[in-house]
Amino acid sequence: MFGFGILTGLVVLPLVGAAFILLQPGKDEASVRNVRWAALFTTLITFALSLFAWGQFDIGNPGFQLVEQKAWMGSGLSYKLGVDGISMPFVLLTTFLMPFCIAASWDSITTRVKEYMIAFLVLETMMIGVFCALDMVLFYVFFEGGLIPMFLIIGIWGGKRRIYASFKFFLYTLVGSLLMLLAMMAMWGVTGTTDIVQLLNTSFPSSMQKWLWLAFFASFAVKMPMWPVHTWLPDAHVEAPTAGSVILAGVLLKMGGYGFLRFSLPMFPEASQYFAPLVMTLSVIAIVYTSLVALVQEDMKKLIAYSSVAHMGFVTMGLFSMNTQGVQGAVFQMVSHGLVSGALFLCVGVVYDRLHTREISAYGGIVKTMPLYAVAFMVFTMANVGLPGTSGFVGEFLTLIGAFVYNPWVALVATTGVILSAAYALFLYRRVVFGPLEKPALAGLKDLTPREIALLAPLAALVIWYGVQPGAILNACAASVQLLIKNYEAALAVTKTAALALY
Amino acid sequence: MYTAIVFLPLLGFLIAGIFGRQIGARASEIVTTSLMFVAALLSWIVFFQVGYGKSTLIVPVLADWIVSGGLKIEWALRIDTLTAVMLVVVNTVSALVHLYSIGYMHEDPARQRFFAYLSLFTFAMLMLVTADNLVQMFFGWEGVGLASYLLIGFWYEKPSANAAAIKAFVVNRVGDFGFALGIFFLFALTGSVAFDQIFAAAPGLAAKPIHVFGMNVDALTITCLLLFMGAMGKSAQFLLHTWLPDAMEGPTPVSALIHAATMVTAGVFMVARLSPVFEQAPMALSVVVVFGATTAFFAATVGLVQNDIKRVIAYSTCSQLGYMFVALGLGGYSLAIFHLFTHAFFKALLFLGAGSVIHAMHHEQDMRKMGGLHKHIPITFWMMTIGTFALTGLPLMAGFFSKDAIIEAAFASQRPGAIYAFLLIVIAAGLTSFYSWRLVFMTFFGKPRWQEEAHAGHDAHGHNDHAHAAHGHDDHAHSHGHGPLVPHESPAVMLIPLYVLAAGAIFAGLLFKDQFIGYSADGFWKQSLYYAPTNTILTDFHNVPGIVALLATIMMSIGFVVSMYMYIFSPQTPVRLAQRHGLIYRFLLNKWYFDEIYNFLFVRPAFWLGRLFWKSGDGRIIDGLGPDGVSARVIDVAGRVVRLQTGYVYHYAFTMLIGVAALITWYLLGGVK
Repeated sequence: MFGFGILTGLVVLPLVGAAFILLQPGKDEASVRNVRWAALFTTLITFALSLFAWGQFDIGNPGFQLVEQKAWMGSGLSYKLGVDGISMPFVLLTTFLMPFCIAASWDSITTRVKEYMIAFLVLETMMIGVFCALDMVLFYVFFEGGLIPMFLIIGIWGGKRRIYASFKFFLYTLVGSLLMLLAMMAMWGVTGTTDIVQLLNTSFPSSMQKWLWLAFFASFAVKMPMWPVHTWLPDAHVEAPTAGSVILAGVLLKMGGYGFLRFSLPMFPEASQYFAPLVMTLSVIAIVYTSLVALVQEDMKKLIAYSSVAHMGFVTMGLFSMNTQGVQGAVFQMVSHGLVSGALFLCVGVVYDRLHTREISAYGGIVKTMPLYAVAFMVFTMANVGLPGTSGFVGEFLTLIGAFVYNPWVALVATTGVILSAAYALFLYRRVVFGPLEKPALAGLKDLTPREIALLAPLAALVIWYGVQPGAILNACAASVQLLIKNYEAALAVTKTAALALY
Repeated sequence: MYTAIVFLPLLGFLIAGIFGRQIGARASEIVTTSLMFVAALLSWIVFFQVGYGKSTLIVPVLADWIVSGGLKIEWALRIDTLTAVMLVVVNTVSALVHLYSIGYMHEDPARQRFFAYLSLFTFAMLMLVTADNLVQMFFGWEGVGLASYLLIGFWYEKPSANAAAIKAFVVNRVGDFGFALGIFFLFALTGSVAFDQIFAAAPGLAAKPIHVFGMNVDALTITCLLLFMGAMGKSAQFLLHTWLPDAMEGPTPVSALIHAATMVTAGVFMVARLSPVFEQAPMALSVVVVFGATTAFFAATVGLVQNDIKRVIAYSTCSQLGYMFVALGLGGYSLAIFHLFTHAFFKALLFLGAGSVIHAMHHEQDMRKMGGLHKHIPITFWMMTIGTFALTGLPLMAGFFSKDAIIEAAFASQRPGAIYAFLLIVIAAGLTSFYSWRLVFMTFFGKPRWQEEAHAGHDAHGHNDHAHAAHGHDDHAHSHGHGPLVPHESPAVMLIPLYVLAAGAIFAGLLFKDQFIGYSADGFWKQSLYYAPTNTILTDFHNVPGIVALLATIMMSIGFVVSMYMYIFSPQTPVRLAQRHGLIYRFLLNKWYFDEIYNFLFVRPAFWLGRLFWKSGDGRIIDGLGPDGVSARVIDVAGRVVRLQTGYVYHYAFTMLIGVAALITWYLLGGVK
């Protein structure tokens, strides 16, 4: 493709769509419709292309594949893309979720449709770029670049407190990222390269590792988000439009976990091991604390946002247990959470479009008028609770096993999250869906439209499919995760023998 | 055939669940019910094949489920005698309950959904009993939890039903917390979650210490205790029992299927299935004995004073499950499974009989508003009486063999805690007889109390009982007129299941006792249950003194006589007793105040903590010190800086002057140095 590979295609395609939309007048009804269809087609084609990339991908190979490299700015920096078993699932998750976001905004976004769609397509480019970048600076550009469209999406198409939320989101993530930028400069200073593949094979001195690790941690922990830097997320979710929430929970949060996997764990193994207890502590606090907070929420989106933080706690816990089950479970949990929380936000969007409120107390008994919706919502609620047979279970179970092998205390506390998640999720479901239908505003609610069914059905099918056959994701990342763990243990073994030699 | 048994109910669920609205209620009923009957028939074939011949058999379903490093989890069906017994129990009761529900639910507009849920439940339960590894078992375990949640909350308009459904799910999750940790322990100890590997490794792990949670403990003891915690949740054992009585909010057929015959026995099944592991942890078995006995006694005492017909039976179930756990704890796994087997018949019979009474009374469940019904619904009356005979252990009926065997085993056993268990379960046997006959007498004998009271509202009774008791009515079906109440016998579709179950209640003990607990037991169970070489309980319990063997029958008679006296000859006695011993009465009526205590200890603190974390933790501390604080400071500082810009030239000039002076001073001082 013009001397570029598939991955460049993936990164550029959304921009091409955005450019096309930019040329549309976007004023009258017909051209707005064109804009919508153009955006949808762009995302669908991107998804198709990512499936093609998946077809080219060899899951037995633990290294980077589909690599392409071009010199950039003549400064030692390079435009280098590639995917391995860890990033491939996220690329697919991104391209898969995008059409849903566009379709979810079909009727609910009526102002500045053109700009909205452009923002989303640019965001897609940035997200795919993050997962494909094999150059540190390129990664940083995509990582930060993604903030801007998201900032605009929340700030322009958001709810009442959108300005507050968007600034909070922006500042939080920016502060973390700046530290990461400093760390990257330091790494470049030591190694003279920004190539991630080379950096992966570099071992940094232990004292430096700790500082670098902390700087990266500042950025990824905010992105995850981990307790106690999670408070931007509920606000951002509440104010963001439905599709914004979907992409925020579905993909943006995963950048943090991906960052840990790409940088912190392989590049700073000693520091990772040193700080693992800290991460574990924060993770289990997140699981228990945010689950309890979720229990008392009065806003549907906020409740799901808090439950996201709890689920991300399982991810960080799995990652830093650094064994096969833990890491694979974390990757799986991220993908699964992307589907489940995305679907849950879509579910909230469905009733929000009808009643324009997210207050839980405004609902009750809607199973009577919206039986199909009740079924869909139940499937995703159960996946959120981690019922076996849904994808939510596999990730939770594997990360818990991983954590147990790392330290039983961690697993003990984290497993209480299993009880709490059942409590808050079912409590939400009961207040919204069950009970007598007494509120007059709810009496005339229409059940899911064909568009909404088309949105929710594939997600429900995937959630159940991955619950029964999680192999597709687990096998994809197996080889790369094995390599990651092998290198990690080898690095630790080296330092251990070095330490012994000193005495 | 094995795969068919498990997946036919799933097929029924999918048909009724997805196409229910298109094909209509009647078609859904017929499809699900007939699929269930096929499955039931097949399971009887399997039962005879496996019980009287074949040994353990593994049927692969799907190659891999979860594969991650050393962890390999597969989908496969494990068919041995233990599974075969469970298949028979589950599918027979389920098929009969499906059939019965056609009659019981015939007025409900959402019957498709009901039958779909029933089939879903059956599928999950079958996955549980055919599991070949712990995680697959956990799949079924949670699956039945889901189905139970859906069915308890089937009448979703009732707040009490919704509350009960959530309570059931969450309390079960508390048990699952232990179950999950138990699985992690076994994985950490044996490197596998598959039964074969675990069982092979178990003897080598006996009495091995492990350092965990800051203490040194016996590895298998803590593992088994955690697993037992899961069993406690599912089987409503003491401390985790609170959900079961509330679960009676669900339609009565559900109670018969899930909360009597099948799901609540999953815990018993789990311990029996893991007998090779539990046998290596005698300490844990003692705990099981104590919990089982306590449950048996506790639930029986509460059952004495309940007025809701279904709640009495629910507590009775809870109590009988306690017996099963006593048997398990004593190492008498086949005794437990035998009681599970017979119990399934007579308890399902009692529940369905109660359903027939409720149906006859137009969805009235309060026994204080019944009475004298035996003339109006004689068949139901006789069926209930058979069930009661079987439950209380009338010689030669089902319960006589299975329950008495457990009492004898408790006497014969040397295990610590066995004496305690023996005393409690003997007393409980008397209590069981009392409350069971109380139920029969209050419902079917005495003066009819429904003519004057029917549909007068529940509030007329100055009930000091817990609010739930008053809500426990299937009041969804009040659509059918409020004319004068005439109790009517149920249709044949509801009575046929009663006949079948009654036959089971009468003959199940007599027919199968040799295979289950008698001298042919070894050949019947084969390798499906494991007994340590030192475990001789199965022979010991045959050799207890005659008086012990008679004890249960004596207790039964006492209970019967006392009950007869109090509820037939002298109906004012219970009232007087309740008044004189008000404290005890209220204590029992309020179920030992467990709900209140849990509410105080767990539920309210959880919400309180949640609010604290949210408002103070997130709001005041994190946001206050973090983003909001920073932005407030920035605005603050900016505000002050703004104030400096007064716009007066002499202010600026003055400031500049000071600056220049300071600079020169600094320069001079620096120059000096």
